[in-house]
Amino acid sequence: MTSSAIALGNVLAVESDSGDTGFQAPGLGEFFPEAIARFSLLGIDFEITRITLILWVATLAMTAFLYFSSRKASIVPGRLQFAGESGYSLVRDGIARDVVGPKGVPFAPFLASLFFFILANNFMAIVPLAQISPMSKFAFPVVLAIICYVLYIYVGIREQGAAKYFKDIFFLPGVPGYMYVLVTPIEVLQNFVVRPVTLAIRLFANMFAGHMLLVVFSLGAVYLFQVGNFSAVFGPISALMAIVMTFFELLVIILQAYVFTVLMGTYLNASLEAEH
Amino acid sequence: MINIAAESSNPLIPPVGEIIIGFIAFGVLAFVVMKFVAPQFEKAFVARRDAIEGGMERAEAMQAEAKASLEQYRAQLAEARNEAAQIRDTARAEGQQILEELRAQAQEESARIVARGEEQLAASRQQVVNELRGQIGTMAVQLAGRVVGESLEDDARRRGTVDRFLDELGSMSASTSGAPAGTPSGSTGGSTGATAYTPGAPA
Repeated sequence: MTSSAIALGNVLAVESDSGDTGFQAPGLGEFFPEAIARFSLLGIDFEITRITLILWVATLAMTAFLYFSSRKASIVPGRLQFAGESGYSLVRDGIARDVVGPKGVPFAPFLASLFFFILANNFMAIVPLAQISPMSKFAFPVVLAIICYVLYIYVGIREQGAAKYFKDIFFLPGVPGYMYVLVTPIEVLQNFVVRPVTLAIRLFANMFAGHMLLVVFSLGAVYLFQVGNFSAVFGPISALMAIVMTFFELLVIILQAYVFTVLMGTYLNASLEAEH
Repeated sequence: MINIAAESSNPLIPPVGEIIIGFIAFGVLAFVVMKFVAPQFEKAFVARRDAIEGGMERAEAMQAEAKASLEQYRAQLAEARNEAAQIRDTARAEGQQILEELRAQAQEESARIVARGEEQLAASRQQVVNELRGQIGTMAVQLAGRVVGESLEDDARRRGTVDRFLDELGSMSASTSGAPAGTPSGSTGGSTGATAYTPGAPA
C-alpha cells in the first residue's frame, strides 16, 4: 500500500512540470502525528497525540450514548433506546447467544463492549476533522486482542479445567495417534498464536489500509486540481473515488467491528464447549 | 521526499504507553456497559418478555372464555330448540285432544238434542194422539148418534165401538206408512177418517 502510494507519487512528481513541488504521497507519517503532550510515568513514555484524543472522543461519545440510551430502558423503547438496544441485541442474540452458545449470554456485556468500542473507534476514520481511526494504530487492536486472548484461555480453563483444556489442544480428541505429528503443532499454533495475532492484525490492517486509500485519493484530487496542467481533468475522478471509498470504508468499519466480535464469540464457544 | 517519521517508527511495534491508554479506554467503556448498560437492557428485555407472555396468557384466557361462552350459548340454543319442539309437540297433541274432546262433546250434545227432540216429539205425539182419541171418540159418537138417531149413550158399547174403530185406523196407517203417524192423515185413512171427523159435517 505504502509503496504503491510512493510509486504513484513518484510518477506524478516526474510528470509534473514544476519539478520540486511534485505530489507528496502520504506515508506512515499520517499515523505518527506530532505529540500534543508528552510525559513519563513509572518509566513509561506517554505521548498524547491527535489520535489519542480521537480515541478518547470516540470512546467517551460511545459510552455516553450507551449510557443515556439505556438509562431509562423501558418496555416500549424511545428512539435513543431503540438505537442502543438494536446494537446490544445484535451482539447479545446474534453473537452471544447464537455463536457462543447457550452459556454465552453472560458474555454479552463483554462482547457488546468490544463491538461498540471497535465500532466507535473505527467510525472516526470517516468522521470529518478526525478522519483517522485509532484502530489504525496497532497498539489499540493489540490491546483488544490481548484481552480476548486472556479471556478465552481463562474461560477454557475455568469451564473444562486446566488439564483437560490443554490436553484437548495438544491432543485433539478423535484424531488417530500418528496424526498428532501434524495436528498438534497446528492446534497449538492456532490457539496460542494465530488467533490473537490475526485478530489484532485484521482489524489494524483494514483500518490502516482504508485510511491510506482515503488519504491518497483525497490528496491526489487536491494535487491534480492544483497542478495547473492537463492532469486537472483527473481531479474529479480522484475526488469521486475518495467519496466512493468513504462509503466503502463505512462498510469496512461496521464489518470489521462485527467480524472481530464474532470471531471472539467462536473462540469463547470453543472454550465453553468441551468437544471441538 | 517521503516523510521523515516513517524512518523512526514501525507501525507494527506499538509503544507501551499507547497500549496502556488503550486498556484504560476500553476499560472505561466496558465498565459502563457491564455496570449500567447491559443490566438496564436485560431488565427491559425481561420486562418486555413478561409483558408479551402476560399478554399472550391473557389472550389465551380470553379465548378460552370466549370458547366456553360459545359452547354454553350453543348448548342453551340446542336446549331452547329442544324445548320449543317439545312445546310444539305438546301443543299439537293438546290441540288434537281438545279437538277430539270438542267433537265428542258436540256429538254428545247433538245426540242429546236429537234425543230430547225425539222424546218431545214422542211425548207431544202421545199427547196429540190421546187428545185426538178422546175428541174423535166424542165427535164420532155425536155424529153417529145424529146419523143413526139413536142414542149411543151407553158408555160401554160406545167405547168398545170407538176403540175398535180407532185401533183399526191405527193398524191401517201403521201398515201403510210405517212412520209413526200421529195424525190419521194418510191417503188410506183419509177416506175413512174423512167420514169420521170432517169438520164441515158437524155443525
